Amino acid sequence: MARLNVNGQVQDVNAEADTPLLWVIREQIGLTGTKYGCGVAQCGACSVHINGEVQRSCSIPLSAVQESDKIVTIEGLSPNASHPVQKAWAEVDVPQCGYCQSGQIMAAAALLAKTPRPTDQDIDAAMTNICRCGTYQRIRTAVHLAAGQGAAAPDSKRQG
Amino acid sequence: MTNTIDKISSSLSANVSRRGFVVGSAAGGLALGMHLPFGTDAAHAQGAATEVNAWVVVRPDDTCVIRIARSEMGQGTLTGLAQLVAEELECDWSKVATEPITPGQNLARKRVWGEMGTGGSRGIRISQDYVRRGGAAARIMLMQAAADEWKVPVAELAVAKGVITHAGSKRSIRYGEIAAAAAKVTPPEPKSITLKNPKDWKIAGQPLKRLDTAPKLDGSKVYAIDVKLPGMLSAAIKQCPVFGGKIKSIDEAKIASRPGVRKVVRVNDGTVAVVADTWWRAKTALDALPIEWDGGANTTASDLTIADHLHEGLGSATNNGSWGNGDVKKAIAEAAKTVDAVYSTPFLAHATMEPMNCTARISADKAEVWVPTQNAEASLAALSEASGLPLAKCEVYRPDLGGGFGRRGGTQDYTHQAVAIAKEFPGIPVKLIWTREEDMAHDFYRPISQCGLTAGLDADGKLTGLHMRVSGQSINAFLNPATIASGRDMRQLQGLYQEAGDAQFGYTVPNLMIEYVMRNTHVPVGPWRGVNTNQNAVYLECFMDEVARAAGKDALEFRRGLMANFPKHLAVLNAAAEKAEYGKPLPPGVHRGIAQFMGYASYSAAVAEVSVSPQGKLKVHRIVLALNCGHAVNPGQISAQIEGSVAYGLTAALYGECPVKDGRMVDLNFDRYQILRMAEMPKVESVIVPTHDTWGGVGEPTICVTTPAVLNAIHAATGRPVRTLPLKNVKLT
Repeated sequence: MARLNVNGQVQDVNAEADTPLLWVIREQIGLTGTKYGCGVAQCGACSVHINGEVQRSCSIPLSAVQESDKIVTIEGLSPNASHPVQKAWAEVDVPQCGYCQSGQIMAAAALLAKTPRPTDQDIDAAMTNICRCGTYQRIRTAVHLAAGQGAAAPDSKRQG
Repeated sequence: MTNTIDKISSSLSANVSRRGFVVGSAAGGLALGMHLPFGTDAAHAQGAATEVNAWVVVRPDDTCVIRIARSEMGQGTLTGLAQLVAEELECDWSKVATEPITPGQNLARKRVWGEMGTGGSRGIRISQDYVRRGGAAARIMLMQAAADEWKVPVAELAVAKGVITHAGSKRSIRYGEIAAAAAKVTPPEPKSITLKNPKDWKIAGQPLKRLDTAPKLDGSKVYAIDVKLPGMLSAAIKQCPVFGGKIKSIDEAKIASRPGVRKVVRVNDGTVAVVADTWWRAKTALDALPIEWDGGANTTASDLTIADHLHEGLGSATNNGSWGNGDVKKAIAEAAKTVDAVYSTPFLAHATMEPMNCTARISADKAEVWVPTQNAEASLAALSEASGLPLAKCEVYRPDLGGGFGRRGGTQDYTHQAVAIAKEFPGIPVKLIWTREEDMAHDFYRPISQCGLTAGLDADGKLTGLHMRVSGQSINAFLNPATIASGRDMRQLQGLYQEAGDAQFGYTVPNLMIEYVMRNTHVPVGPWRGVNTNQNAVYLECFMDEVARAAGKDALEFRRGLMANFPKHLAVLNAAAEKAEYGKPLPPGVHRGIAQFMGYASYSAAVAEVSVSPQGKLKVHRIVLALNCGHAVNPGQISAQIEGSVAYGLTAALYGECPVKDGRMVDLNFDRYQILRMAEMPKVESVIVPTHDTWGGVGEPTICVTTPAVLNAIHAATGRPVRTLPLKNVKLT
């Protein structure tokens, strides 16, 4: 038994100490927005924030997390998808299949928290998650848009 | 949140059951004017939705729910199909919603929604005609109902954004108000409907945003891997690492006392699963389970034995399909100059981000699966076969896929497995999830091949003869042997066909021979996004650059000289060249490459700009990619597919290979099977040049030109051709 603070709620979880945080979040806490992609911290689909740092939860054992650690998953990033990154992602129409996008959004939110006006090089360095659909170009546009750097207006619109 | 997900899953289930007993009244083609269990006046008065026809359901609040039969896996088909229906329906796009139909419903209604398979870039181009007629028929019925109610001729009515008006009497009525009456109108004969001229489109043809984005931004989207059902168990699985091998022994007792473990299941001769209360416990128990494998005869296979086998095919005297013209042997024998090359491309894995998974619940009289599938009817068939229950007692729920790329089509291996496991727990849902390692070890890989090419040039550098001989594994031989019973298998020559329309070779060569010789291996193969266009475009288009150099000509001018009889191929090549400012000098150290190809009834061309450092480090700066897909239903999503296709193609060019050692795959996760990341993504500029005449595919045709354009640019930079992939194994210094 362990106690975790996820999205501001402290709860007891019943899992072995070596269970990866990813599977605790998905199977014990029941939040499935955080995804399994590789299990070896390569793809970033499992990215969450722990005390504000983006972390790959598939490779963090439950035993390494304390009740005092503040874990935020995609579900807890904002109420009503109102985080600037989420809004920019919608504006640029970033996702294709969408499976990796929880992790991409968490990585982008962590980048902007530290580097409010990232350069392309900052984005290259921080956004290392894999997207198999290849949405990288739109992710870059959306990160700049979220940063308020006046990225070119996307060519998509929704007719009223 | 647990409750929310349970609710989503159970409402999906309940919703499907509620409509499960809807039986169609029309045989074949479009079934219009269904009488529905919830289409009665009483139900309508209670605020229920009305099915106007199979494609269109109208809610009292004017929401138009458009039924979608094809799978959505990121390619945007869901939004494109909705645009086509909405265009003819004349509804308010801001009030459009979509709803997936299930294969059980499709079967019960005599396949009113047509085929559900989603592959071969067919999602829109094959269904566009009947979905547009479905939308138009619903509009006609809604307008007729209004005319009947007002007792005026329907010709006096107008409609826009879901509001029908009669100017003469200044009356208007909304779709939501008239839908129940419309459902009782005799539907028009589908063939009698005149569809709009695409030049008058207002919704289709526009770069509208996708309809399915919102739940992908906050974690609320439920993929099959996220499905939760009451009392659900989880399963992890291992198949013999050597393809075709078997289990020799397993020691179940060793893991019996591990927490949460319920059962070890021998799924078949070569596959074992562990079922536990959570997936992580199942996975770790399976890792701890002692298993002895018998790899069998395939254990001796390796990259070298496979390469030798293919290379032998290049020199053999027979083929499994060919076409040509003139006398290529004579032309090459008499040539002033000849060029020879052997190219090769490796096996590739699909590596969808969502690993293979399937949740199955099997009881004595009902079999259900929740599965990511590109072919829900194949999933239904697999479910029936594996459960032993008739199709009528089976149902497939199909959440949108976390990637497909051809992996999740007809084979449905993971559905068979999940059902076999769940049968051990009657009435209890079991979710099978593959590890990434299992996914990489047991894919249906892009087939491996080699290509021998010879060209003959005359004294003026004119191409007089071209001989291409592809030796490699056949997808049909593995998946559809009945289709090649004659021994002839032209599918491996995709993009090199003589016939116009789908994947035509785009050059006129006076003496030409293109051949395929089948050399199969023990490795399972299947369609991989773009299928055989990818390999064949590398062979043809990189060799074309080699020949142009030998002829002392510019790569673009050389191609143009051979393309007069192929104006559509040429137009797209020119569009790419123009956008890329082909003739304009580049910054020092930057080099260009160009390529064109056809597939899926669409024409593609690319210009790549790259630099290679003195240390041999490659940087791809920019890709201009032009596409003519005939009608462009959503230019914004077409651009997205082009951008993604560049990433998919470039991943293969830079990193993609699945080495075989001792009969098995050895690169089992993303640490070794590397995928292109943000820092390597070039700037992609899409040029959509629709000719508004045919219907071509979008999801696949642009991948194949990326790699040869990049390789040709590298050739320009280094002065040496690249004939083997991936580039990570090629020294560029």
